[in-house]
Amino acid sequence: MMNFSEVFKQSNQLCKVSPDGKYLATCVQYRLVVRDMSTLQILQLYTCLDQISHMEWSSDSLLILCAMYKRGIVQVWSLEQPDWHCKIDEGSIGLLSSRWSPDGRHILNTTEFHLRVTVWSLCTKAVSFIKYPKACQKGIDFSRDGCYMALAERRDCKDYISVFVCDDWHLLRHFETETQDLAGLEWSPNGCVLAVWDSCLEYKVLMYSLDGRLLSTYSAYEWSLGVKSVTWSPSSQLLAIGSYDEKVRILNHITWKKIMQFEHPATINNTKAVVYKEVERRPAVGSDDLSLHNISIGTTLFNTQSKYEICPPPVQISVTKPDADRANPKIGVAALSFSSNSRYLATKNDNMASAVWVWDMQKMTLEAVLEQSSAVRCFQWDPRRPRLALCTGNSKLYLWSPAGCVSVQVPTEGGFQVHSLTWHCSGDSLILLSKEQLCLCYMDTEQEEK
Amino acid sequence: MPESSLDNFSPEVKDTGTGSVECRAPPLRQFNQSLLPLHRSSHMLSSFCTEHNVQECRSHINQEVSTLGLPPVWTESAGSTDMNVVAVLNCMYDLIQLHRRNLRTVENMEIEQLKCSSNLDYLQLTSTRLKEQLEQSKRENTAILERERQLQLKMKSLQNCLKNEKEEVQRLQNIIASRASQYNHEMKRKEREFNKLKERLNQLLVDKKEKKQAIDVLNNIGRADGKRSLWKTEKTEAKHEGEMYKTLLSDYDTRQKELLLENAELNKVLQQMKKDMVTILSSRKSTLKSGKHQDDCIQADSEEDEEVFDFGKESVDQYCVHAREKLTYSIRLQWRRLKSHVERLDSQDVCSASLVQMGDIRSTDAVSRKTHEEEMERLKEEIQQCKDFIQTQQQLLHQQLSSPCDEETSSLLSDCYMLQEKERLREEWETFEEQRKIFERERRNFTEAAIRLSHERKAFEDDRAMWLKHQFLNMSPFSESKKPPMSKSKSAYVLSDTKASAASAQRRLIKCPSETTSPSSRFVPHKSKSTADLYHTLCLIPENSLTKPKRKTERVIESSIFLNGNVAVQHKNRNDSED
Repeated sequence: MMNFSEVFKQSNQLCKVSPDGKYLATCVQYRLVVRDMSTLQILQLYTCLDQISHMEWSSDSLLILCAMYKRGIVQVWSLEQPDWHCKIDEGSIGLLSSRWSPDGRHILNTTEFHLRVTVWSLCTKAVSFIKYPKACQKGIDFSRDGCYMALAERRDCKDYISVFVCDDWHLLRHFETETQDLAGLEWSPNGCVLAVWDSCLEYKVLMYSLDGRLLSTYSAYEWSLGVKSVTWSPSSQLLAIGSYDEKVRILNHITWKKIMQFEHPATINNTKAVVYKEVERRPAVGSDDLSLHNISIGTTLFNTQSKYEICPPPVQISVTKPDADRANPKIGVAALSFSSNSRYLATKNDNMASAVWVWDMQKMTLEAVLEQSSAVRCFQWDPRRPRLALCTGNSKLYLWSPAGCVSVQVPTEGGFQVHSLTWHCSGDSLILLSKEQLCLCYMDTEQEEK
Repeated sequence: MPESSLDNFSPEVKDTGTGSVECRAPPLRQFNQSLLPLHRSSHMLSSFCTEHNVQECRSHINQEVSTLGLPPVWTESAGSTDMNVVAVLNCMYDLIQLHRRNLRTVENMEIEQLKCSSNLDYLQLTSTRLKEQLEQSKRENTAILERERQLQLKMKSLQNCLKNEKEEVQRLQNIIASRASQYNHEMKRKEREFNKLKERLNQLLVDKKEKKQAIDVLNNIGRADGKRSLWKTEKTEAKHEGEMYKTLLSDYDTRQKELLLENAELNKVLQQMKKDMVTILSSRKSTLKSGKHQDDCIQADSEEDEEVFDFGKESVDQYCVHAREKLTYSIRLQWRRLKSHVERLDSQDVCSASLVQMGDIRSTDAVSRKTHEEEMERLKEEIQQCKDFIQTQQQLLHQQLSSPCDEETSSLLSDCYMLQEKERLREEWETFEEQRKIFERERRNFTEAAIRLSHERKAFEDDRAMWLKHQFLNMSPFSESKKPPMSKSKSAYVLSDTKASAASAQRRLIKCPSETTSPSSRFVPHKSKSTADLYHTLCLIPENSLTKPKRKTERVIESSIFLNGNVAVQHKNRNDSED
């Protein structure tokens, strides 16, 4: 059973739970609302200078950063001292993105045109600049323990990586990478290996040690479009690489060689995998329901009930053919996510937008396929349990676990279209976001324990 | 009467030889023609001989008979005009025999002919069929060749295509490479420009006074860890380095621990496996030792095994390379042995279906040996029994022979045996005789048939010779006859007669006796000549008269001599002696 909270307003999909899980911060236009997670009572309300385009909790859950990119301003609020205020103005140089450093006392602002990264210290008001940041898919990454920051740089038409110690922004290592056009980098969860991948024109994944040594280079093929997404398993033992050839390749952490390759065929013949297919049913409309009132509000009339059916193989997955003439074709594996225990891997192939694939990483086989009736917007693993939540932009929430699959109607007035979702760090609740609203969904943990 | 007989004889002989001269006599022509049909059909022979021409007929027949190589119907030496009935009958009998033989020959020949013709038909059929087959295969061959040629052409074209495609691929790759390098170059140029612009922008923004970057904080907040920030010194740098290496080291540490754990786990499994293998293999060895077929090789192996096993027990916790190597080696060795053992078991199972049910290796081995031994035991017993039996038999026989029974009974017994034996032998003899007789009969039949065949062939040859002779006679003598008085008329006769071919040949033969009527006096001086002379002249005549068909006549005469050579010679000799 699940319980749903009432609906709250939010804008720009800005709604975040504090890292300690106690507070919920939401942005409504230019206001920042902080609620208690358990009671949903408003604890604090801050007013910013303009409509907030980005909001982020500090790691200690004490400070909240609100960025207004259009005006190039960042405002920071303190939960403990509501009167305390801080405003950072990037001036006419412009602001592209803003983020906390892991210690929660520094703010890193990337200026427009990637001219530089400005590091502001809230402790000393000191400002430092990092020149030549590279404009790419993922140019900055902090290690999980918050000690190091890796930054992709571009100087003299060559890619470099700088590793900083976050403590005092000391440049620990600076090395050139063997990439044509570096596209992204990601620390392994244990913070010892940095995975670096090239732009999609070339399939190339490089492993660098923390001290800048090149550990390994991996390339699956040449010529055609390459890497689309890269994800580490939480155990740091596996690296999953999704690419434009609709495959996921799994590298191991000892030899850095491929140990498995997952394909996403249009016809599933695997008899071991369970294929869940969402079947929609329009409810029979009673004559009394057909009142003007109902229509104007647009509630249950437009909502359809749906349930999952298990399809015996072979199963045909609907495929949309990508436009070959356009850049960034909608094909290949762009979304990859390991479950918290590293047991399962969820993938989505862009030209099969309505299907989510779940792979068992112990057996190295396909575990389940969820074929939705519409395109999957977002999916996320429960941070505590092997449980996957996903949404497709309709009023339903879908959950998968090894035990089975379920779809839940969000019981709100006016039809709540779930556009994205986030798990609470305890895994007990989910935050559902529609275009301008949010809703909390509480999992019944007691029943689950039984 | 020898005179008259000679008289009668000589014109006859002459006539056969020189008949060609005389037989064209115009007065005789009518007679000949009338005689012809009579001669043809045997039932009208009665009219062949009349009271008037008995003499001529006799001489004619005599001559005919002699030409056939038979003894003359009568001889002048008898001195009487009466016919020698015995001779005539003999002659007739001979003639009938000859006739019958000829008939049989003809029949056989016909059969053979039929056979040959059917054979020929069959062969022709076969040949046509074979020809058809040949044609067909030729056609097929050409078709196949054509196809092959086409395929080769196709292959060539495909190869060309492939080559072209390869070239195209190469070309495209080159194009791609050149484009890529161009693109990279352009990108670099643009990036440089972009960097320049960035620099410029930076400069401008820094120079700009009115709107600078600023931070406005109410009051500084402390660090999250509560410490004060440190000055950047070399010490901090070293500390950072140290920390980095510490994290790396700890990572390696954890990894090594994991590996160790895994290693230990695997070692445990290996040990377990080893133990199991040892137990299985040792049990097998014990059974093998008790079994017969164990060679030194296996023994040596087992010794080695023991060593390895002993070693294995010690090496549980040894992690040095050498130990590991040895461990893996021993495991491998045992694994191989186990595999071969299992394979052997499989083959054993196939061999003895009865043993399939026995799950345990040991039990199967034991059972097989047990059954084997049992079988041996049984066989030995059987042999012993047989031996005993033989011995008792021998004893009994000996007793019988050496027993002091009375002589009479023994002799009687032996007689009885002898009689039986004789009877049996006689029977066998009889059957043998019968078989021999049958065989003899068959052989006789065969020889008879062979003789008959040869006779018939002779007769046939004769006939053929005759026919050829007639043919020859029909063709040759008329053109070159030396007798002047008849030359004109003869030529006319030839002209008229050439078309009557076969019929005329017959006619001429019959003309001979008719000639004797008128010109008998003319040949009187010749009459005194012996038959040998006559034969001589007969031989000479064709020599002189003919040039062109000489070969033919010679052959005819030769053949006649060959066929009836003995008789002719005898005859001649007799004539000589008479002279």
